[in-house]
Amino acid sequence: MASHSDAHAHEHPGPGTYGIIALILTVITIAEVSAYYYRPWEESAIYVPSMLTMSAVKFFLVVAYYMHLKYDHKLFRSLFTGPLLVAGLTMIGLLFLFSKLVLRLGLLS
Amino acid sequence: MTATTAPTTAAHGDDHAHGGGHYTSLGLDNRKVAIWTFIGSECMLFASLISTYLIYKGKSPEGPFPHESWTNPSTGEVMKPILDIPVTSASTFVLLMSSVAMVMALNAVQTKYQPKITTWDKIKGSSKLWLWVTALLGTIFLMFQAYEFTSFVHEGLTIRTNLFGSSFFTLTGFHGAHVTVGVLWLFTLLAIDYKRGLEPKDALLVDISALYWHFVDVVWIVIFPLIYLIK
Repeated sequence: MASHSDAHAHEHPGPGTYGIIALILTVITIAEVSAYYYRPWEESAIYVPSMLTMSAVKFFLVVAYYMHLKYDHKLFRSLFTGPLLVAGLTMIGLLFLFSKLVLRLGLLS
Repeated sequence: MTATTAPTTAAHGDDHAHGGGHYTSLGLDNRKVAIWTFIGSECMLFASLISTYLIYKGKSPEGPFPHESWTNPSTGEVMKPILDIPVTSASTFVLLMSSVAMVMALNAVQTKYQPKITTWDKIKGSSKLWLWVTALLGTIFLMFQAYEFTSFVHEGLTIRTNLFGSSFFTLTGFHGAHVTVGVLWLFTLLAIDYKRGLEPKDALLVDISALYWHFVDVVWIVIFPLIYLIK
């Protein structure tokens, strides 16, 4: 039954780390909202990619540290990232199917 | 993966597999496997709802519109874009902070019997306090959403008005329903905490509800820029 200790041997971070993550999440959220109101950024080509990147970073931080996926058993990681990958690919597929991404990426005039 | 009953050896005398849980052959509690599987399936549910919103985005023939001004056909009045970014930014911050409180609640249950010397030790070791804060912040988020929905209806946007209304209310309504379930779940944990006190052996109960709570938070992390910030 030694494998049980392996399965449970996750060193969760403490309140200090949770506080730092909260601070980072707050700063990113402020940056997101500021970008929306800052006209040159909002009108630039990097606006959408920067929004998606900031959102992805926040997503990763919450999943990795608050949901402890970084420290948990790899099966839990697979149970989450597998469907997440399917969901992401489905979204991309649907957006291509309905022309949204094709038009945005300039693949079709 | 076969399930076996929880071993009673000292090696397993941690915070797992109490309260009727079973270990799988991998040594993982079946309830935690179940919640991660459920969360995985929820990813696909929300991906389909988000995809629907994005596909219909900008395809409503008449207003109200999320980011563009529109003319009210009955009065001829030019109306502002319907989304209220400052209000939603505040509600987003509230939901983010609720995740911090939730993770502190789990930490408080796990470290219940560690010595608490300073005032901060006592604050961070109070599971009741952090569960209350999480439930309160979740309720505030729901109140923000109720305010937003009500103001939209007053401005003429319902689920039947146009494609934006249909996809917006469906997506955010589903998310709000998930938050509501999470708040009710938190109140059941609080009831247990008041009745007999949450012990380190109950950490898995709190962990599972925390995973659900954080999941509704990450869904909002995706929804917020896609609906509100990207035009």
